[in-house]
Amino acid sequence: MADKILKKLNIKVWRQNRASEKGKFENYTIENISTGSSFLEMMDILNNELIEKGIDPIAFDHDCREGICGTCSLYINGRPHGPDTEVTTCQLHMRKFKAGETITIEPWRARAFPVIKDLIVDRSAFDKILQAGGFVSVNTGGVPDANTIPVAYDDAEEAMDAAACIGCGACVAACKNSSAMLFVSAKVSHLAKLPQGRVEAKSRARNMIAKMDELGFGGCTNTGACEAECPKSISIVNIARLNREYLVARMSE
Amino acid sequence: MSILNSKIPEGPLAEKWSKHKGAIKVVSPANKRKLEIIVVGTGLGGASAAASLAELGYKVKAFCYQDSPRRAHSIAAQGGINAAKNYQNDNDSVHRLFYDTIKGGDYRSREANVYRLAEVSPNIIDQCVAQGVPFGREYGGLLDNRSFGGVLVSRTFYARGQTGQQLLIGAYQALNRQIAKGAVEMYSRHEMLDVVKIDGKARGIIARDLVTGKIKRFGAHAVVVATGGYGNVFFLSTNAMGSNGSAAWQCYKHGAFMSNPCFVQIHPTCIPVHGDQQSKLTLMSESLRNDGRVWVPKKKEDAVKLQKGEIGPNDIKDEDRDFYLERRYPSYGNLVPRDVASRAAKERCDEGFGVNGEGKAVFLDFKYSIERLGKKVIEARYGNLFQMYEKITDVDPYKEPMMIYPAIHYTMGGTWVDYNLMTTVPGLYAIGEANFSDHGANRLGASALMQGLADGYFILPYTIGDYLADEIMVPKIDTNKPEFEAAEKAVTGRIEILFNIKGKKTVDYFHKKLGQIMWDNVGMARNAEGLKIAIAEIKKIREEFWSDVKVPGELNNLNPELEKAGRVADFIDIGELMARDALDRNESCGGHFREESATEEGEAKRNDELFTYVSCWEFKGERKEPELHKEPLKFENIKLSQRSYK
Repeated sequence: MADKILKKLNIKVWRQNRASEKGKFENYTIENISTGSSFLEMMDILNNELIEKGIDPIAFDHDCREGICGTCSLYINGRPHGPDTEVTTCQLHMRKFKAGETITIEPWRARAFPVIKDLIVDRSAFDKILQAGGFVSVNTGGVPDANTIPVAYDDAEEAMDAAACIGCGACVAACKNSSAMLFVSAKVSHLAKLPQGRVEAKSRARNMIAKMDELGFGGCTNTGACEAECPKSISIVNIARLNREYLVARMSE
Repeated sequence: MSILNSKIPEGPLAEKWSKHKGAIKVVSPANKRKLEIIVVGTGLGGASAAASLAELGYKVKAFCYQDSPRRAHSIAAQGGINAAKNYQNDNDSVHRLFYDTIKGGDYRSREANVYRLAEVSPNIIDQCVAQGVPFGREYGGLLDNRSFGGVLVSRTFYARGQTGQQLLIGAYQALNRQIAKGAVEMYSRHEMLDVVKIDGKARGIIARDLVTGKIKRFGAHAVVVATGGYGNVFFLSTNAMGSNGSAAWQCYKHGAFMSNPCFVQIHPTCIPVHGDQQSKLTLMSESLRNDGRVWVPKKKEDAVKLQKGEIGPNDIKDEDRDFYLERRYPSYGNLVPRDVASRAAKERCDEGFGVNGEGKAVFLDFKYSIERLGKKVIEARYGNLFQMYEKITDVDPYKEPMMIYPAIHYTMGGTWVDYNLMTTVPGLYAIGEANFSDHGANRLGASALMQGLADGYFILPYTIGDYLADEIMVPKIDTNKPEFEAAEKAVTGRIEILFNIKGKKTVDYFHKKLGQIMWDNVGMARNAEGLKIAIAEIKKIREEFWSDVKVPGELNNLNPELEKAGRVADFIDIGELMARDALDRNESCGGHFREESATEEGEAKRNDELFTYVSCWEFKGERKEPELHKEPLKFENIKLSQRSYK
């Protein structure tokens, strides 16, 4: 695992000062990056060099840097979260790159995710979809003991598989239609698989789909690109389940 | 000492909370609709409080610096949440959880607060299950538990290695429901930069819209700060990059006392630092110590070979391995509390037995449990953690032991609060990691999630009513008042000063420099001389920062460097106060280890006669010495003893 040094890298990156201004690609070079460094540490180093040269540093979203908050969001060499599987950008390491390589970095590209600055996009549409029904309508207090309703082990596990979604938006960025179906289906499945969420399953599916359509996400054409790029391996089986829930909901209207 | 009234109710410990609830005032539904509350931060404490307060009928405004409330750093908590459910029939109880927490905190927390925490803990699990949190279950369909450090029962509920994520999503869903109803106004990508006081009471905040750079005013009848801890003072920590102490620090400057700032938790199982390009440290959950065994070589020559990379861990025979936690602490073994495990790792590495190139790592080995239980079981329990470890280090922990080392993780210290969670500023509350109250000098694993949700779901929604009941005649707060005007001006002025220094050094330069001083002198081992050096050095950093920092970009645009500059300016001040507090506390307790005060075996040695108090620091003006007040800790139900995990 000994770390090596990547002598030189070319960074081709999207620069856009604000939503209302036009953007373009800029090229920078960076030297002496350890293969043990994370991709975002490479970005930190590049940014510090830019600041020292009097250039505005590249704005990018990031926070926990351990793959769980879902904040980081780069489209690297044509792939959301870059050339590794089951990782977010913050867990991507420089050992996945070669010295002398040109690395192309873009923001998520989707109508529902407008660019705010450089590589930062506005993903508040995801919050709005969840506000449309991605919850169980219980208030604090007055709930039964946690062991009152047994939940089959497999159901709990499947719910957890779907609940692992971090809301990063890679599925939308990977999809040629910018569909949010994997994201929506993960929430619908998570709650539909548990007795506590079952009660509102129909209205949840209906309301979340309606909100998704309203916000300008595209339709699903089953290419599976979302599943392939999902850092948390959320399965498209969830989309089938969502379609079923939605159909049942529509038929019972 | 008269300023500090902890408002702890009289009477027997087990009856205090119910008696108090019966005695405090309640606001009618019609009046709740007229009252506004600001909640800053949307982690477990903030999100659960904002949702619960809105459900009660208050008008809530919630703020977070992230792009969505779901991203608050509670999300990164891995292992679990404690609750005194006794589902395992292993003789757990509210009293046992209370006792473990007081003892784990090395007798530096309040009995009444900790008991209440233990008392409401079962309700949290009920609430989370009702929200659809997918906790781990047994095949019979009931909830499963695991064990955590510093306890002898299994009371930790978990959702794989993503418990914090699932609990936060539960609270976020409850919050979303209230946002959809219009009961909560959500302000994402907004950072609180000041608290506004009118006639001595907290009446609002000044926040910067991080997208447009606009400085905005928000009024409310009460303000709740749920902004987490200040561990990022150290630059390298397990906190998120954006986690900061600035909101709490502005409260401090407005008269909210800061308590026990030197109590910092150093987590024993983090992925070690590599090289000098690192930006943050990654935690490996404490739950791994359920099945992993910690060791270093017995022979120094083996350690030297490991350090040079000449041999691997699997080349060392079982009889040549020193399972030093099992050796030193036979009854708790690998599950000693975090402060004890961290110090033991440091001791071995300082003696030259460290196992990586820098000699600053120990092994956490799953070979034995894989042999005992099979790879499948281990994969089901910790699969995502193992995957994370492999992605970061390029080493497969199913085949080779993990390398781990202690790192800054959590701050037990924080804003002083009374039993109602109110600070020394009327109408200003602090909950979750941001307050000081429940964990003493060391927090037990899986208790942070418990405290955040206890405060937000079950304590603050009751206690805030006691204050607001007297505010029902106060009309909607007018943000055109001169106090708001002045606060906004001060915030704008400070930003402009930072921006116009136009020096030569980046914000990160100062942050790294501060972090190094803190780690070297206010880290795992502290002494008077080092602490004095730290205070002097931090003062120098402050002067240099305010004359030579370079903040690029524009004021009226998204500007991450400007955000960082403001936070680092406050970290410098917080760091100094931490060093000051550590210097005052000339005893060892929990995570605070003064080299002057150790037992013969090198364990932390308390001095109960002199230091059974909460330190409470009062701000006295910029660059002036703060004043120390003391809240004496009274133990009526527990006998203080030297902590032992042998």
